[in-house]
Amino acid sequence: MASMLMNPLRSCPPVNAAWAVQYATRSLSTSVHLHAQVQTKSKKTLAKPGVKNIVLVDGVRTPFLTSGTTYADLMPHDLARAALQGLLHRTSLPKDAVDYVIYGTVIQEVKTSNVAREASLGAGFSDKIPCHTVTMACISSNVAMTTGAGMIAAGQCDAIVAGGVEFMSDVPIRHSRKMRKTMLALNRAKTLGQRLSLIGSIRMAHLTPELPAVAEFSTAETMGHSADRLAAAFGVSRLEQDEFALRSHTLAKQAQDSGLLSDVISFKVPGRDMVSKDNGIRPSSMEQLAKLKPAFIKPHGTVTAANSSFLTDGASAVLIMSEEKALAMGYKPKAYLRDFVYVSQDPKDQLLLGPTYGTPKVLERAGLTMNDIDVFEFHEAFAGQIMANLKAMDSDWFAQTYMGRKTKVGTPPMEKFNLWGGSLSLGHPFGATGCRLVTTVAHRLQKEGGQYGLVAACAAGGQGHAMVIEAYPQ
Amino acid sequence: MASLRALGALSRVTARRYNVMSGTLCVMYSHFSVRSFVNYEVKEDVAVIRMNDPNSKVNTLSVQMQTEMTEVFNEVLANNAVQSAVLISSKPGCFIAGADINMIQACKTAEEVTKLSQEGQKMFERIENSPKPIVAAINGSCLGGGLETNLGLISSTIYRVATKSKKTVLGTPEVMLGLLPGAGGTQRLPKMVGIPGAFDMMLTGKNIRADKAKKMGLVHQLVDPLGPGLKSPEERTIEYLEEVAIQCAKDIVNKKIALTRKKGLMQKAQDYVLGIEFVRQQIYKTVTGKVMKMSKGLYPAPLKIIETVKAGLEQGPDSGYLAEAQNFGKLAMTSESNALIGLYHGQVACKKNRFGVPERPVKNLAILGAGLMGAGIAQVTVDKGINTILKDTMVDGLSRGQQQVYKGFNDKTKKKTITSFERDSILSSLTGQLDYKGFEKVDMVIEAVFEDLNIKHKVIKEVEAVISPHCIFATNTSALPIKDIAAASKRPEKVIGMHYFSPVDKMQLLEIITTDKTSKDTTASAVAVGLKQGKVIIVVGDGPGFYTTRCLAPMLAEAVRVLQEGVDPKKLDALTTGFGFPVGAATLADEVGIDVAAHVAEDLGKAFGSRFGGGNVEVLKTMVEKGFKGRKSGKGCYVYTPGLKSKDVNPDLEDLLEKYKLAANPSVSSDSDVQFRLVSRFVNEAVMCLQEGILNGPVEGDIGAVFGLGFPPCLGGPFRFVDTFGADKLVEKMRRFEHVYGNQFTPCQLLLDHAKDSNKRFHK
Repeated sequence: MASMLMNPLRSCPPVNAAWAVQYATRSLSTSVHLHAQVQTKSKKTLAKPGVKNIVLVDGVRTPFLTSGTTYADLMPHDLARAALQGLLHRTSLPKDAVDYVIYGTVIQEVKTSNVAREASLGAGFSDKIPCHTVTMACISSNVAMTTGAGMIAAGQCDAIVAGGVEFMSDVPIRHSRKMRKTMLALNRAKTLGQRLSLIGSIRMAHLTPELPAVAEFSTAETMGHSADRLAAAFGVSRLEQDEFALRSHTLAKQAQDSGLLSDVISFKVPGRDMVSKDNGIRPSSMEQLAKLKPAFIKPHGTVTAANSSFLTDGASAVLIMSEEKALAMGYKPKAYLRDFVYVSQDPKDQLLLGPTYGTPKVLERAGLTMNDIDVFEFHEAFAGQIMANLKAMDSDWFAQTYMGRKTKVGTPPMEKFNLWGGSLSLGHPFGATGCRLVTTVAHRLQKEGGQYGLVAACAAGGQGHAMVIEAYPQ
Repeated sequence: MASLRALGALSRVTARRYNVMSGTLCVMYSHFSVRSFVNYEVKEDVAVIRMNDPNSKVNTLSVQMQTEMTEVFNEVLANNAVQSAVLISSKPGCFIAGADINMIQACKTAEEVTKLSQEGQKMFERIENSPKPIVAAINGSCLGGGLETNLGLISSTIYRVATKSKKTVLGTPEVMLGLLPGAGGTQRLPKMVGIPGAFDMMLTGKNIRADKAKKMGLVHQLVDPLGPGLKSPEERTIEYLEEVAIQCAKDIVNKKIALTRKKGLMQKAQDYVLGIEFVRQQIYKTVTGKVMKMSKGLYPAPLKIIETVKAGLEQGPDSGYLAEAQNFGKLAMTSESNALIGLYHGQVACKKNRFGVPERPVKNLAILGAGLMGAGIAQVTVDKGINTILKDTMVDGLSRGQQQVYKGFNDKTKKKTITSFERDSILSSLTGQLDYKGFEKVDMVIEAVFEDLNIKHKVIKEVEAVISPHCIFATNTSALPIKDIAAASKRPEKVIGMHYFSPVDKMQLLEIITTDKTSKDTTASAVAVGLKQGKVIIVVGDGPGFYTTRCLAPMLAEAVRVLQEGVDPKKLDALTTGFGFPVGAATLADEVGIDVAAHVAEDLGKAFGSRFGGGNVEVLKTMVEKGFKGRKSGKGCYVYTPGLKSKDVNPDLEDLLEKYKLAANPSVSSDSDVQFRLVSRFVNEAVMCLQEGILNGPVEGDIGAVFGLGFPPCLGGPFRFVDTFGADKLVEKMRRFEHVYGNQFTPCQLLLDHAKDSNKRFHK
């Protein structure tokens, strides 16, 4: 999934203030410029006759914390519960007013495999509300949201809570297969003799634990390794990656400081302090970043701990309704959830190219072009992955040779791209990132006055997702 | 050529002028010279030397390549603006595939070859002593001279970077051509990978993959192959390799990379032990013993390799290099090397489709019969992107066959040549079934049912009722004439024979049999499928036993007679392996199956009459009746105990042979005579196949005999054997045997023609 090797970065002294300020002014000036521009859109709205409008009422998330910090002693459903309670509080939603709860997660805690149910019960939702859990690697909560959207569109439900949770401070580490086999046989053994002989068959090697795989099952390649190869394939330099990572951290810091990350709720962690801020944002300097050694391909690789997303604990939740229901309940929705696509490609050499494949497809579906999009929120798994995707989207050759398209889709303008930080800086709790992206697009559209936003993300297995979001008229 | 040289000289002058400029201005510049094989370009202070043979798909160390390489190296060394160099190939999938074999074959005397070797040694020595660091960037095969180019760079100035691609292999395959690594390899390899590792590489000639090479110390750094980016994966991977290599070259100059590898404890211990002369002597002795056991002393190259390595280690490098050059010269002149090189060329020829591109490629293929053969064919087909149906009539048979295919791939998983995921996805293209469902989509059917004409006829009728008109019907039979099988077909132009050899996944040969009615496109399609399956292919005419079975049958008949004359199976095996056959005649009969041998002997006996006589067919028949069907039944000439490698002679066989005992004629029963009785019948039949037009040419005859039947590779096949041994001498021996046994030893007309005129040769 993401880098397991974030620790070196933690030792970097934070914030090169001068650089950050410089950057801040630059991006501020561009956004001012944006407002001044009058844009003509291909379409006035994406509403389709005969199709229900689905709205995002609101979205929240717990602070995203580096694994092994304040959340260390919790369980996944505790985090999800916190997000759900935050949503209840933020929206003043009656606890029996939703029809269904769906959660996305990647590394499952065996005890709470349907984490949606445990979290929903714990958060005080009515026990009459059914819940289920979905998984699709880093786009799991996108799947949760689109599943909910599908249920509303199909007329099955009117109000849905979707969310995602990931808890990397504790992962299931199993006994070896041989040991498990012996232990299961021990269960069935009838006589003392049988038991003793089974116990006697245990060897030292059986005690070696089995860690959850960080590698792609089909290719046995870790994601960081694949990202490094992808960056090399597109000729992305180490410098470009470090610059992008620094941009992400700088922008996140700026957004945090100016209170733009309003989706974050405060969470009183039992036995610990109140947490109300993401703790992985650390703007550093290019010199500091340049010092790090490659984390995956040694010694000549370019992906380091600092230009990769880090292991994160966190949960998110959104309230999705049909427009009529939301209005009937007196809500002022934030955005429409419009067209979305899922794509998948070669899990070996194109593992992280989901956004490249998803973006043109969803734009086509919606009948929009790149120019119509005011807000881009892409999931930043690795700086190298983002840069590679940007280069792929800008290449006619790639579009023609690998995507069967006539022309390239084009690159998102950087002044519209991930302006409040991204997974590299805010953190990336695999299952929870999707809801963060969607909520951020809604908030940015409101703040920046845009109409259309685009979410795109890559995921393990060589899959990807993209969704168009339309601002709800103010 | 002269003008080319002149241009080269001109370019050198230009190059120098450039150097002066760049030296003073300190600008980054690049420069292309007009040389056609080796060029270089200077990137900052790194010279990137690119090899690219304009006349071939692969790079070989030809004279021209060596000359230009030496020129370029001299320029690079003299160029003050250059701090280090990168050596890379512009060919995707090939660094240097080895020395130019034609260059060696063009030499008339050992001295000429020795001189070639010494020139190679000298060139590499110069590289070795280069004061500027050199990084070799390897993508694709780096074999023989290619590896030696690297070994030439063994000194403190070399660093090797290789791509982790499956195509990147390193090795010294010279031994397989009856030669030795003649450009310093025998001297440098032991220093680099240790004595045992070096012997292993040089005596087996095996290819070593990049990751293994890194562990052995042959390669310093690995580079991952890249996927699609802004260029094609192949192109970008070479570019990336070059970028990494250039960075390495700079890092070496800046002392960021140390060239001396830290030796591990095991390595130190091994070095210490091998420093003791007594230990080394023991190693030479053991290795020589092993070689003698494997090669029966019939192959001179492995022994010369040991001798040469020993000379270098015990008497110093000067004697070592001299011994290497001299032995290289001597080996190049041996008939064994000539035979092995002939086989190499033949194999290359038999990996081409001389029938052109088929009208439609086979994408869906069905195999009838999930027995040993059917499942084997499925195994070599299903991983080549062909959807494969394996059909049997019984659930048990089908299940056994599917298990065989699964095991084939699972064993590869265990050896880590494929991942479990790859295994699963390969097997997803295999469908096991008992009915003809989906046969309408199939492009080719290969039947591997029981060898019985009636059953084959029944099958062909059943299949033709369900397949589409374009579908090809191939029959896997070892002796039944294809035209007889095709007699039941409504569309004989679509019927062809595909004779596979057991075990299908191990045996390289595929014998394709065409009848008068088989269309050219059908043949092209069958050859295309065979090539996809990785086979070496001979295409022969129809007739009883085609080519391979027809050659083997008289030899086996003779073997039975030899047994009847009181030679025991172990002795018979020793005589045949002593002649160079990898498997003895008695063991071979057991492997093929006594029942199959009996069947074939009877069929061909009927077709060819007394010429195929010799041993009494009743011997084989009685063995089958008693259940001695060979390895598959646990008893044949030998008794096979599961789990045991050693085997004893079947004691019941002695009684049986006693019943059919023949008196041996002492005038033709010496060991050598017995060997020649066996071989001459084989060879005569092969020549007769050429005479009758069954064979397309002597090359296919040699390839078929060696790769399908295990004819001694050191003799190069029956036709080369006649050339080398002398047709007249062979005829003389045969006449002597003919005198005792009759027409079984009558030389055929073509052989007699060659005996009469010593200028007539099968191979030029």
